[in-house]
Amino acid sequence: MEKQSSKQMLNDILKRHYEDAQKAKAEGRPVVWSTSIAPQELLEAMDLTVVYPENHAAAIGARKDAPRFIENAESEGYSADICSYARVNMGYANIKHSDAADIPMPDLLFCCSNICYTAIKWYENLSKQLNVPLIMIDCPYNYSYSVTPAAVAYIKAQLLDAIGKLEEFTGRKMDWDRLREVMRISNETAMWWKKATDLAMAKPAPVSGFDLFNYMATIVCVRGKQEGTELFKRWYEELEERKAKGLGPWDNAEEKYRILWDGIACWPYLATTYKILKKNGINMVTSTYPESWTLLYELSDLAGMAKAYGSIYASLSMEYANDRIVTRARNFQIDGALFHSNRSCKGMDFKQYEFQRQLESELGIPSTIFDGDQTDPSVFSEAQYETRVQALVEMMEERKQREAMK
Amino acid sequence: MFLGIDIGSSSSKTVLIDREGAILGSEVVNIGTGTNGVDLALDRLLKKTNVQKERILYRVVTGYGRMTYQEADKQITEISCHAKGVAALYPKARTIVDIGGQDAKAIQLDANGAVENFIMNEKCAAGTGRFFEVMARVLNCNLEELANLAATTTEYVPISSICTVFAESEVISQLAGGASLAAVARGAHVSVAKRVCGLVKRIRVRPDVVMTGGVALNQAMANCLSQELELPVVVLESPQTVGALGAAIFAKECYEKKL
Repeated sequence: MEKQSSKQMLNDILKRHYEDAQKAKAEGRPVVWSTSIAPQELLEAMDLTVVYPENHAAAIGARKDAPRFIENAESEGYSADICSYARVNMGYANIKHSDAADIPMPDLLFCCSNICYTAIKWYENLSKQLNVPLIMIDCPYNYSYSVTPAAVAYIKAQLLDAIGKLEEFTGRKMDWDRLREVMRISNETAMWWKKATDLAMAKPAPVSGFDLFNYMATIVCVRGKQEGTELFKRWYEELEERKAKGLGPWDNAEEKYRILWDGIACWPYLATTYKILKKNGINMVTSTYPESWTLLYELSDLAGMAKAYGSIYASLSMEYANDRIVTRARNFQIDGALFHSNRSCKGMDFKQYEFQRQLESELGIPSTIFDGDQTDPSVFSEAQYETRVQALVEMMEERKQREAMK
Repeated sequence: MFLGIDIGSSSSKTVLIDREGAILGSEVVNIGTGTNGVDLALDRLLKKTNVQKERILYRVVTGYGRMTYQEADKQITEISCHAKGVAALYPKARTIVDIGGQDAKAIQLDANGAVENFIMNEKCAAGTGRFFEVMARVLNCNLEELANLAATTTEYVPISSICTVFAESEVISQLAGGASLAAVARGAHVSVAKRVCGLVKRIRVRPDVVMTGGVALNQAMANCLSQELELPVVVLESPQTVGALGAAIFAKECYEKKL
């Protein structure tokens, strides 16, 4: 039998992910709603069914179905300045249906504040409104270059506390051998995710970077499952094969420029943002966003895990993030950078002006910023995007020609 | 001959240069993309310069309407074209502030006149020419009168709203409260200057600063901007046609490269 392609695996996994959640609910098993970069290891080890509202909101956004959920949340009194994932999800908690996908209502909420502090209030409000318990893991923002030992101890203590709460919620004891196994699988999945996405360092990159956005849904929802490991291993093998043949990202176009993408994807205009780049021969070879799921840690104890969750991209200091973006720019040999100034996520995007200055002064790499939103279609303007992308191409071309003249 | 065309949101501009790069003529028509403005601007230019269309060797189009214009050999963004035009007219320029009908941008140039960085306004009319059009309507005057009014005073009514729509109602209530027309007109200029200044300062502002675009015709605006930036602001002789000039120079370069 022919091996299943990673694309087929991806689609099957996502379909099953949503179906399993519905089935669990129908059979009276509890469903957990979790933030996207939470220590899912604990939930998986407890054999709980988990869905991810951010994933779900992105799917709704990609279908351009977000406005009615947003309006619903705003009519409840939520400000238009709040993250639109939060507004879509709060609206969904009332409307309970989208053609994009459906998720069952939660019996337990699991929130890790490493992604942002809006998540704290979002989940607290859901807990109150839906009258379901909430387990909160608070990760302080790091003003220091790396996570301090105090923060690690603080997060580790909360992991232990969360285990106690999960035992109470399920009426079962944590199986520590199973937890170690899930931690091992999660690391292995993350490792294959990293290995696959790192293949884009090759010139030309054997992958069209927007595939990172497509595969992201699964790194969020099956990181702790064996099928996740297999999916990304398969993807890696496919890309390695392309690379060995010297193939670029596309069969019908050439990779002329390589760029870094910063910020969450502009889901309602995923195809538009992609096509305009491709039309200009631009391949997004790396991004600070999907990289957030490269969660690797020592398996020996919970402190390593605490440190990994406490040091994701969104919760690291300016200095660290700057170094990381410059290193990434070097490793992936980028010609330019494109910053999505996402109306919803200023916590991620406030660093962008400084990143622009760093890339320019350290590496002479030009960049541009465009406005958009992760789900709200009203923020993005195609003409503005196209002009900025085209101006970026003109700057990159000018520099290439100057280099060639040297 | 080489032709540069700049189709903006509220005006169309054309510039013709010869093989030596000398400007033969330019034309501005105050209607922009989606109208026959560009045809008018071209016809008038050809008549004025007495040049037959067939003698144009290469044409480059820029501006908001560049994507839909079919008769050019190449389209290039207004960012690169403004940089090109300014660098040709004023080589000492390192920062360009361009305020047009619906967008404002700041461009940082290197010593060769190439674009080092640029920044454009968000999806919002504040800090653009459109803001003045709205204000002029409220004050029942035209754009020139609005600028003249603003030039008569240094006192101004602060307009705090960022949003053009809210600023309109804010101004109406100021007028109802007895504020003078001149102070409100000046307030509108200061408001745009502050907004644009916030944008410009996101990139490094290095002298010399040159202002281009239709709004640069308004001397009161250039003065307000200079005050906010605390730097002299140079306004070129024909600030509206700088983008079209840049496009014409690109046309010449592209043609020569082809040969």
